[in-house]
Amino acid sequence: MKIFKINAMVAILSGAACVGGQAVAKDYKNISIATEASYAPFDYKDAGGNLMGFDIDLGKDLCSRMKVECTVVEQAWDGIIPSLVAGRYDVILAAMDIQPAREKIISFTQPYIRTPIRFIAPAGSPLLEFKSDLDSLALDDVSPEERAALDKLGEALKGKKVGVQVSTTTESFMKELLPNVELASYDTADNMILDLNSGRIDASLSSLARLKPLTEKPEGKNLKIFGPNMTGGPFGKGTGIGVRKEDEQLREMFNKAIAEAIADGTMKNLSMKWFGYDATPLN
Amino acid sequence: MDFDAMRDAFPKLIAAVPTTLTLAAVSLCLGFGLAVPLALMRVSKSRLLSGLAYAYVYVIRSTPLLVQMFLIYYGSGQFRAFFEAAGLWVLFRDAWFCAILALTLSTAAYSTEIIRGAIQAVPLGQVEAARAVGMSGVLQFRRVVFPIAMRLALPAYGNEIILMVKSTSLASTITIVEVTGVAKQIISNTFQPVEVFVIAGAIYLSINFIVSRAVTVTEIWLNPHLRTERAIRSTTAAAIH
Repeated sequence: MKIFKINAMVAILSGAACVGGQAVAKDYKNISIATEASYAPFDYKDAGGNLMGFDIDLGKDLCSRMKVECTVVEQAWDGIIPSLVAGRYDVILAAMDIQPAREKIISFTQPYIRTPIRFIAPAGSPLLEFKSDLDSLALDDVSPEERAALDKLGEALKGKKVGVQVSTTTESFMKELLPNVELASYDTADNMILDLNSGRIDASLSSLARLKPLTEKPEGKNLKIFGPNMTGGPFGKGTGIGVRKEDEQLREMFNKAIAEAIADGTMKNLSMKWFGYDATPLN
Repeated sequence: MDFDAMRDAFPKLIAAVPTTLTLAAVSLCLGFGLAVPLALMRVSKSRLLSGLAYAYVYVIRSTPLLVQMFLIYYGSGQFRAFFEAAGLWVLFRDAWFCAILALTLSTAAYSTEIIRGAIQAVPLGQVEAARAVGMSGVLQFRRVVFPIAMRLALPAYGNEIILMVKSTSLASTITIVEVTGVAKQIISNTFQPVEVFVIAGAIYLSINFIVSRAVTVTEIWLNPHLRTERAIRSTTAAAIH
């Protein structure tokens, strides 16, 4: 009991020292990376329970570039940001889009991929006949033509139920820009696809990097992509790695490694391997 | 602690209380309706009836409610063709139906055992007295055994009601937006789980405070012969609250 108390005291005091002290250059040797493991092909588990996917491969590559040991931990999506802030791990590498609400709490590296968001519906759905006047919508500031295209989309989705994963950019998009469409919230994207296949929801939306491989797999062979390519605004500035605000040095390390991986074509190769197309950010 | 975040979350969470209460109330009523015949099967002399009821209780009690809910909801989705052929898909398509079915089956199993125990605890003397005045089996059950058993069951059944109010939070995993579901949605925008869950916890606490008071009052009301000075005082106090 006594020992415990002393340990607790030391922990509190050293904690206070960390908060109070100036930022000391930290020597990162071990980095723990959180991922969701339920968002194929970014992060998921194979039949043997091993973590797989684009994010896992990218993590390995970046860690070897930075010459650090990395451990990957699983974390449910709805608690992934609070747990980073609480210090349970050092970075989030889980297909997370760089988006203003998240940037208030944590900071992000530069985007490692950038992919548009598309809708998806089962084959035979009348929604697949929807034709958008604009092929792509950049939603950073919504022009009148874009608003008209969104209204037309909202009209097509009237009376339909759209599935979103809780705490995602797609949920924010639907609530902000198509508030009159009925939503169903899911804890994981996998459960959402189950319900899309069973017909409980009529449509869903997700990044093309996820949807394109999905439609080529058995569980998605009956699903078809439709609607405009949507980027920006609620969807953010591409997909990045999340770090705590105070870990600026760690963010810089990752930025450098990402830039190298983009420059030498590793990012493109990984993208081709997992998504079937090049989703590397242009700039 | 961010008190502004708590103040913002409060009205949104309160707005979801009717959903939580509806889930709990509907499944408790249906579950009780199932539990009484199941308890009678459990105490029946027929091995077959008693065995069937016990098998039901055993299976439901020994598997997690979350697993049952997922099996009902996603399982029915996977075997949609079968459910459509049986004409049941209209029911199973609805998340509400699946949630209430899972909660009802669960509470029915636990309540069956509570009522079974209570029926068996009815003092033999009371049953013999009923028989002595010439009551038929059904009349005995209706006038003597069942009312006494209900009194005996009440404390344990009060527990079950409280557990059910809390179990409704699992419905948030199958897209129903009750108090916990709303809490998750708020957290998805604010990333402040502590503030929001403190309020959500306080809401469950308040609901269950009222439930446990109501159970106590009912208990005293049903057991006039056990009332003491102190019990009467606490009843009036509870009634005032």
